[in-house]
Amino acid sequence: MEITSPRFKDNAAHALADPQLQKALGNVRAGFIDKRQKAVDGLPEFDLLRDRAREIKDHALANLDLYLEAYEAKVKATGGHVHWAETAEDARNIVLDICRRAGARAVTKGKSMITEEIGLNDFLSANGIKPVETDLGEYIIQLRGEHPSHIIAPAVHLNKEQVEADFRRVHDHLAPSRDLEEPEALLGEARRVLRPAYFDADVGITGANFLVAETGSSVIVTNEGNGDLTQILPKVHVVVASIEKIVPTLSDVAQILRVLARSATGQEMSVYTTLSTGPRRPGDPDGPEEYHVVLLDNGRSSMLGTEFQDMLRCIRCGACMNHCPVYHAIGGHAYGWVYPGPMGAVLTPSLIGVDKGGHLPNASTFCGRCESVCPMRIPLPKMMRSWREREFERGLNPAPQRYGLGLWAFFAKRPRLYRLAASIGIPVLSAFSFGKGAFGSLPLAGGWTKHRDMPAPESRTFMQQWRERDAVSKQAAA
Amino acid sequence: MSARDAILNRVRNALKPGASEAERRRLVDERLTAAPNGVIPARGQLPEQERVALFCTMAQKIAATIERVGKADDVPKAVTQYLRAKNLPASVRMGADGRLAAMPWAKQRSLTVKSGPSDGDDEVGVSHALGGVAETGTVVMESGPANPTTINFLPEHHIVVVDAKDVAGDLEAVLERVRRAYGKGEMPRTLNLISGPSRSGDIEQKIILGAHGPRALHLIVVG
Ligand code: SF4
Repeated sequence: MEITSPRFKDNAAHALADPQLQKALGNVRAGFIDKRQKAVDGLPEFDLLRDRAREIKDHALANLDLYLEAYEAKVKATGGHVHWAETAEDARNIVLDICRRAGARAVTKGKSMITEEIGLNDFLSANGIKPVETDLGEYIIQLRGEHPSHIIAPAVHLNKEQVEADFRRVHDHLAPSRDLEEPEALLGEARRVLRPAYFDADVGITGANFLVAETGSSVIVTNEGNGDLTQILPKVHVVVASIEKIVPTLSDVAQILRVLARSATGQEMSVYTTLSTGPRRPGDPDGPEEYHVVLLDNGRSSMLGTEFQDMLRCIRCGACMNHCPVYHAIGGHAYGWVYPGPMGAVLTPSLIGVDKGGHLPNASTFCGRCESVCPMRIPLPKMMRSWREREFERGLNPAPQRYGLGLWAFFAKRPRLYRLAASIGIPVLSAFSFGKGAFGSLPLAGGWTKHRDMPAPESRTFMQQWRERDAVSKQAAA
Repeated sequence: MSARDAILNRVRNALKPGASEAERRRLVDERLTAAPNGVIPARGQLPEQERVALFCTMAQKIAATIERVGKADDVPKAVTQYLRAKNLPASVRMGADGRLAAMPWAKQRSLTVKSGPSDGDDEVGVSHALGGVAETGTVVMESGPANPTTINFLPEHHIVVVDAKDVAGDLEAVLERVRRAYGKGEMPRTLNLISGPSRSGDIEQKIILGAHGPRALHLIVVG
């Protein structure tokens, strides 16, 4: 996909001016925050489990080489194949090769961010193989030629009227008079249209939430059941997963599952958690005849041992973006690549380079909400600051700092953003926490971090602050 | 150098020098062997009767329906009644599970039992669970020659028979049973943890039941 992260500010301006998007984004706040809180409140051990989940991943990362070897040995022992891919391109070629050997013309896909990351769909299409996304949200955006705007709710940027229009446009063999007003009807139609696709596919491609070293299993966690139909019906199942998905044991999976669904959708468990181990066995009436795992590095190993290693604990639950005032205001596409929100702001520069993704860490109000809800206790704000400091230290270009300030001012002067932040209970939006007189020193990077924890003087009104901010943004842009 | 070696070398070189390789190996082996459990929530740690009651409550909370019967022989009748109540054709798809096969299906005269994996045209599938998890109302299904995985996903209605004595307090306890049944480190080809009927929230975050998997999950708890 085209990377538009360097144009983040323009993307954001467009997003703020897009009424359809703004309407749809209301569903993020309504759909996720209260549900998560209720689920968390219902489990007294939640914070202990977060500690445990962090410990599990830290231990796995500290011994990643050994666990990868143990996992690989297990997959092979159960009759599966393991392929190692250093880059996105390597992974694409490996998958294509498997598809070709299977004589595949069509493949079904379970929802997977990793195949978005490697741009698999475009590549397969260009090579004459038709990828069919089967998750409802992914299916919708595939029809629209778009990319996911959220890591667990790919079509969250759309309203039902838009989906209806797309279904009428693409499913033109169905009666134009049919009623598609309600989401129920849309889901029913997608179910009927996609059912034959599972049977027609020669290869099913899924991601993995976990890879288990103890057993050589891949684990997917879903609600719709499409991932399971994708991995059991075709004769070949390909799992594409990055190397940090490894966890040591089944017990560790059980621990992390307890924080995953609660953080993601506020469910206690997602509907389907499936552990797949090797291909179909003698006597089995169903299941794939071949089972392949593509283990992808694509930049992960260079995050190990750096201040960004903690990011590799991420389980892709989406809680950080669900609670992010910047994400609420602009949605996911503005971030310009695969991973949006706070996790994307940290991960994107690591994976595609600071030259392309370096602006994203500035897309933050530093309210700290993301870290407070992250089930894996990833210090997201600290890592965003690290990126900014790195950028400054490298002295590549004095502009990024000014650009960063411009971005900050851009967000700070949007009262809608402020209201969003306030409405989800952030005590002090850090954009408003600069004391009087601090602005003069802001263009210096040291000043940036030094001043950002200073609480806003309570006597000044919102409008006073806004006017000052306006002046500053002009100064910064000058 | 192969991609495998290149990746593993990069990982090894990046890891902070701390414990020696031998020491790390010992730790990793230990963890893989012991598979320590961690934090087990108190919620499911109950005596059997209350545990089964919690299982039923939690399953209903996530939109599964529940019926409790006294003994395995009562299951076919309960299935027939479910079909009638839902106005479904008197036909079910079923694997060759020994526990199901031992039930008196022939007594349900009007009922057709089709065996083997689902071909996608079945309205109703019947499976037997390996166990249940009280903490979350989850049923655990293993694949095997007698237990087709397709029955868990393709039919519109999925009826799952669970033995009350197989309902554990927590997921870890069921996974431990899998380890005992298959051997440590071994797994059935597919292990499905199923918590309620399939659903999607992908359109405007409104949760709708019946996405690509079954629209209804009906649990028959025996004992
Ligand atoms: S960074 Fe944390 S909150 Fe965000 S997706 Fe990853 S695990 Fe979830």
